[in-house]
Amino acid sequence: MNTTTGASVLAPLVVVVPIVTGALLLAIGRSLPRWALDAVAVAGAATVLALDAVLLDAVSGGRVVTWSGGWTPHAGATVGIALVADRIGVGAALLAAVLITCALIYSWRYYEDAEAHFHVMLLLFLAGMTGFALSADLFDMLVFFELMGALAYALTGFRVEAKAAVQGGLNFAIVNSFGAFMTLTGIGMLYSRTGQLGLAQLSEALAGHRADALVVAAFVLVCTGWLVKAAAAPFHFWTADAEAVAPSPVCAVFSGVMVVLGVYGVARVYWTVFADALPEGPVRRGLLAVGILTAVLGGVMAVAQRNLKRLLAYATIAHVGLFLIAVGVLSSDGVAGAATYAAGHAGVEGSLFLLAGIVLNRYRSVDELELHGRGQPGSVLAWLMVLDGLCMAGLPPFGVGLGKGMCEDALSHEGFGWGPYLFVAVSALTGGAVLRATGRIFFGFGAEPTEEERQGSARQMSGEDDEETEGRLHRVPASMLIAVLVLMAGGLTIGTVPGFGRVMEAAAERFVDTHGYVDQVLHGIAPVPLHPADTWWTLAGVLLDVLSTAFAIGVAAVGLHFRRLPGRLRSPVTSLRPVLDGLRTLHSGHVGDYLAWLVVGVSALLAIVGLPVLA
Amino acid sequence: MLAYLVGGWLLLFGGWGIVRSRNLVHSVVCLSVSQAGTYVLLVGIGYQKGATAPVFGAVAPPRHYGPVVDPVVQAMTLTDIVVAATVTALLLALTIQIDKTHGTVDPDRLRELRG
Repeated sequence: MNTTTGASVLAPLVVVVPIVTGALLLAIGRSLPRWALDAVAVAGAATVLALDAVLLDAVSGGRVVTWSGGWTPHAGATVGIALVADRIGVGAALLAAVLITCALIYSWRYYEDAEAHFHVMLLLFLAGMTGFALSADLFDMLVFFELMGALAYALTGFRVEAKAAVQGGLNFAIVNSFGAFMTLTGIGMLYSRTGQLGLAQLSEALAGHRADALVVAAFVLVCTGWLVKAAAAPFHFWTADAEAVAPSPVCAVFSGVMVVLGVYGVARVYWTVFADALPEGPVRRGLLAVGILTAVLGGVMAVAQRNLKRLLAYATIAHVGLFLIAVGVLSSDGVAGAATYAAGHAGVEGSLFLLAGIVLNRYRSVDELELHGRGQPGSVLAWLMVLDGLCMAGLPPFGVGLGKGMCEDALSHEGFGWGPYLFVAVSALTGGAVLRATGRIFFGFGAEPTEEERQGSARQMSGEDDEETEGRLHRVPASMLIAVLVLMAGGLTIGTVPGFGRVMEAAAERFVDTHGYVDQVLHGIAPVPLHPADTWWTLAGVLLDVLSTAFAIGVAAVGLHFRRLPGRLRSPVTSLRPVLDGLRTLHSGHVGDYLAWLVVGVSALLAIVGLPVLA
Repeated sequence: MLAYLVGGWLLLFGGWGIVRSRNLVHSVVCLSVSQAGTYVLLVGIGYQKGATAPVFGAVAPPRHYGPVVDPVVQAMTLTDIVVAATVTALLLALTIQIDKTHGTVDPDRLRELRG
């Protein structure tokens, strides 16, 4: 009993600690020297990290439920609001704490003139993400969602004197806010039907009734907000704008965990509230359709970029698509695969954004063509980027490769034979794009770009107002390198820890157990022990990973030496150019266009999920 | 029923305004119009005919009062108004910065972020 009580204090604590630390810094930050500011902020984030780790251990047997104010349910009825911690939720919170800690350590030397605001915003951002991951109440989820949103917009536009940054922040804010209104409308519809807001209470109220138009619309609308945050197509347009212009350590947090929390929100709400109320088929089709569109679009657009940060943003979008596909299979294997993949991806993508920040600082640009051959070929930076590029493509035995393999297995197991092909293609495209950029910048591979190309369209976006730091650093400071190495090491080693797959499998089984969730939260019934399958590396997974890594190297080589290819090989790619140009035109940077696409996306999802249910 | 229609109408009409907007200040106001739609919807959900405001005195127990409208949706609305105020302030600040750096607040003429 004592351990449960102890653990149930932890869930609110991980939300409160960053808020209190942030408030403290805001109050006394002005009178503190910079090193003390950094120390307090890092200590606050690291405390959350440690508490998350303790909580992760405490939930190994099931879930930890905390009713705020002690409003525990009586006979299944309650007016209380709960935080429910389970392995997947706490894992997401832990990921957020790791990334925020690394971003703070990295910013130590990055923003030498940053005032306390930057630290405070990162800490509050952490509170928002943690609360979103642990909340068991739909409206609370939305409030935490808006908290992380508001801070994310402010962080994106942090360099207020930069042209692109303020525009990116504004686009992000308008599109995300509109998504949040959609979610709020959905929540209102559910409340009007059931009079409940808690996930477990909603689940009980909706179960056993035939799904009607209101339930379907509520599901789609609630998911819209989460999907906007997840950067799923066609709600993704803000992502590249925001991540190309936000400070690099902030980008690492955005793409490592914030967008992943969007996918988490969809999965959480589906399995706790709607799993019994909606038929599986239409929901699966809806999620798979969104996932495939997102993955393909992200992969293609990543290859088409020459701005390194924009390239990484599209690589994130592509991977979100893959996570959505894995979750969309609606099996616990898929969730386990997606969670593993997301953890590995956070390490790789996060460290790549931090490396891009170092490149930007040293060479005053992140434009691949402009920087052609300007990097030092033998530097640590170069090899770290090569390793990250290979890992992104799925090089075994690292985390991304393991997650990708688990997702592919889950897809084939459920009869989606096309799944592995798509996963191999998309990871080869994104990894290849990273390798190509690295090859160009650091090794001077490929043809020397013409003067016209150097001054090309992306020039504006990496112009002088892209400078994120004050002076130019002559060598990479140890604090920046430590942050990069911690993220990489984390992302890589999870693939090599025996038993990691099994732990994820158990976490996922708990996650998708709708009845177990409701029983424990509302009726205090202890969860049954699980006997998860021991999934880890499989031969097929390793082979597919090697294959996608090889393809990625191929994609990079083709990208670098495109003009030397015989015309017969070039023509199929050249003939695709109009399609690519069309896609580029869609990403217009115009917030009105983005909103129009959002509405199109909602209507399409309503049709895909709604029509078969109501027919 | 009318409240739901008005709420939905405001939500979509605000969105339409953002799509068609030629001025970012106008876009931000349209966003607020959209959000007002969600408030109308929420308050409409809690409405009961003949009920009074959900304010209880400390002395008399609640049963001495007549029916009241649902306080939960009102609390939700209030929470969201607070969020909206923050976001609107932030958006207007960004708009001022866009005007300073780009020299225009017409989204059609912002050409920084493409492709």
